[in-house]
Amino acid sequence: MTLMISHIFLQHYWWIIISLLASLLVFLMFVQGGQSMIFSLPKNNLQKTMIVNAMGRKWEFTFTTLVTFGGAFFASFPLFYSASFGGAYWVWIAILFSFIIQAIAYEYRSKPANVFGQRTFDIFLFLNGSIGPFLIGVAVATFFTGSQFSLNEMNQVKWATPWHGLEALLSGRNIALGLALLFLARTNGLLYIINSVDDKELIDNSNRKLVMNSVAFLVFFLFFIVTLLLSKGFAFDKVTGIVNMEKYKYLHNLIQMPLVLILFLAGVAGVLYGTGITIFKESRTGIWYCGTGTVLAVFALFLTAGFNGTAFYPSAYDLNSSLTIEKASSSQFTLKTMMYVSFLVPFVFAYIWYAWRSINDKKITAEEMKSEGHVY
Amino acid sequence: MIENVDLTLVDWSRAQFALTAIYHWLFVPLTLGLSFIIAMMETIYVRTGNEEWKRITRFWMTLFGINFAIGIATGIILEFEFGTNWSNYSWFVGDIFGAPLAIEGILAFFLESTFVAVMFFGWNKVSKKFHLLSSWLVAIGANLSALWILVANGWMQNPVGMIFNPETARNEMVSFWQVLFNEVAVSKFLHTISSGFLLASMFVLGISAYYLLRKREDFLAKRSILIAGIFGLFSSLLVAYTGDSSARTLAKTQPVKFAAFEALYEGRQNAGLVAIGVLKESDRKLGEKAVNDFVFKVQIPGFLSVMTGGNKNAYVPGLYDLVNGNPSQGIMPVSEKITRGRTARDLLAEYKVAKQNNDLQKAGGISGMFRDKKFIDDYFRYFGYSFLGKPEEVVPNVKVTFYTFHLMVMLGFYFILVFAMALFFLFRGTLFKNRWFLWVALFSILLPYVAGEMGWVLAEMGRQPWIIQDLMPASAAVSQIGSGSVITTFILFAVLFTLLLIAEVSIMIRQIKLGPKH
Repeated sequence: MTLMISHIFLQHYWWIIISLLASLLVFLMFVQGGQSMIFSLPKNNLQKTMIVNAMGRKWEFTFTTLVTFGGAFFASFPLFYSASFGGAYWVWIAILFSFIIQAIAYEYRSKPANVFGQRTFDIFLFLNGSIGPFLIGVAVATFFTGSQFSLNEMNQVKWATPWHGLEALLSGRNIALGLALLFLARTNGLLYIINSVDDKELIDNSNRKLVMNSVAFLVFFLFFIVTLLLSKGFAFDKVTGIVNMEKYKYLHNLIQMPLVLILFLAGVAGVLYGTGITIFKESRTGIWYCGTGTVLAVFALFLTAGFNGTAFYPSAYDLNSSLTIEKASSSQFTLKTMMYVSFLVPFVFAYIWYAWRSINDKKITAEEMKSEGHVY
Repeated sequence: MIENVDLTLVDWSRAQFALTAIYHWLFVPLTLGLSFIIAMMETIYVRTGNEEWKRITRFWMTLFGINFAIGIATGIILEFEFGTNWSNYSWFVGDIFGAPLAIEGILAFFLESTFVAVMFFGWNKVSKKFHLLSSWLVAIGANLSALWILVANGWMQNPVGMIFNPETARNEMVSFWQVLFNEVAVSKFLHTISSGFLLASMFVLGISAYYLLRKREDFLAKRSILIAGIFGLFSSLLVAYTGDSSARTLAKTQPVKFAAFEALYEGRQNAGLVAIGVLKESDRKLGEKAVNDFVFKVQIPGFLSVMTGGNKNAYVPGLYDLVNGNPSQGIMPVSEKITRGRTARDLLAEYKVAKQNNDLQKAGGISGMFRDKKFIDDYFRYFGYSFLGKPEEVVPNVKVTFYTFHLMVMLGFYFILVFAMALFFLFRGTLFKNRWFLWVALFSILLPYVAGEMGWVLAEMGRQPWIIQDLMPASAAVSQIGSGSVITTFILFAVLFTLLLIAEVSIMIRQIKLGPKH
């Protein structure tokens, strides 16, 4: 028996999956956040080793989520994949570069005969930790501010500037979201260190840094959100498919989709609560509230970008080339086939959770770093 | 219409993808095979409780870890390069190609990355059995990820299970099972993972031989040779078997590539398989391309006909037949395929004009034709030929495909011999006496890497000019970016990958010299 599921349902279903993956990716970038403080947070080499190992045991989750996010985007919205990756070439290449150097840095940094010395690999971790979240934030901001491309009748992309994506760095709003993501990653990184490492001095230091990073996050995030809600957005007519600029579009989206608004507010509250209880009550479980809040807020932002008659990857150069989930998606058959595969996702989450708990049951200590186990 | 771009851009885009793939394949096969070897060793440790086996397992696991990360790093580039450098391709086939990539992420990568953390850090944190299970799951996850990417690659070599939609100007999947069980994908998967097992076995055998030559780590070396010898012999036989079935499949699905790697220009019955040969460019031409003649060759008479058609009277088409056509064998000339491809492409253009003019009746009629089996079989299947200028463009570089194929096959037989000898000497207890063999085993470590790379060069260069067989040439698939940008990123990738390779080899050699922890 063939299950009848409409194409539009599947497109929305897959946008939800993409949004979920994006939100998990942003949370998991606490690894990058931790890496970006590899030179400024520790007071000695042992503390640095502890930070690297706390992050190093989770780097593959972030990496795998990024790969899966890319693969799922390719499969469900291939027109985005071809338009954005093929057009905003330099932004994506820069992001990729920052991730190549991360992957090997953990494994090689403390190994003898690593040719370039530990400091080089630590710099790699720092670069990935700083550039990765920032550029991903800039790239995501273009979901709201638009990019410079057009599509021909065969849906082939032509980028309108020779900068191939780097022009996104000229927008204050894009920069703001990039910095917001960087400081959110650092905030989550600090909270994760506080949660998983047993070293009083390191925890005290992390607590002090948390104040500055969470405030910086809030400043840039609020700037982006306020300008987003007050600006024009890329609306499209579901009947004619014509894209036009609508005043307060994203504000309208939140009002017209109250569940998304609730998710967003709950997310922001979670981030504030997780940070607050760590700063003011010296709790060590703030990561779970802040992490959940991060997931909810980013999830809601992505839903705002794609639902309610909104172009999720707009073109500021040629409005009608803007991508909507209807225009950019795979066929009904492919989306349905992949939907069956996606039913395995809860099972994947379950074993990740189990394995994560197994490893994190015991906190990272100075003694463990001196042992003969697998230490980065 | 699909815009052709300058060849410099196409060549550099191909070079960048090839560079990434070549580097990626330096690391992945070791991960595929060593993960299983480690899991086997750990199984023995858990079953016997012998701490020596734990030490052996952890030693190979250290080497596995050094190699694992760099394989992942180069892998992510490959995935994203489909978009950055081949954006037209990404759209044209994303509906089919994307699904295996997504499933790879959901089903395989998470399995691998979740349990590799337990494998490395869980020795004192989880139970023995859970740790062992994690090691096996890493091996399964790594090989599952190979399955999905090879399904995607297999589809590019033999596109099945889809239909072209003129509305969206792309191919759309209509049968997931046809894509998954595509005969090219199945044989490619088995051949590729078994070659990974073989490479890892040779790696373990060679390093163990080094220890025996140095008269150290006797227990580790002999036990490792036992595992690697058995696994390697099994794998090398499987490589030979799957290689043979891959070639048979190729004869049906990519006859031009098949003829090219045998340098077979004139088709014939009772065609012989060239075992060894040397080529030289002759004065003869196939279109504007020079024909390669054999300076000398050793042939197995009739074998190619038997291999492809089941008997020595079977006709094996040569490159002349495949380019110029051979009516007696029912082979259409490429010039006719170009004409038919252009008919299909013109019809697509007409469809777009009809849509623009809101002529829905005409658009509906054309759309129906693209779903009509006869039109698909007679015209659309040659869509990619419409981009070709001359018929001989379908012929890949014959010398490259010929030599890569034959070198790979010769090495394949050599590997069977090495593993068989390793087991023979081990069971006779004469490994120490035959130091020459230990040296052979040590220097043989590099050879599976050569064979693996040859295999990929053959597979990918042998199918040129196609990025998707018969449907899309590489020139129509490339992203519209400046060739200067691609040249710059090529250089950046080349420098970075090379530096990382230097670091990897240096660390690996040092760890091997240090040996296992006591």
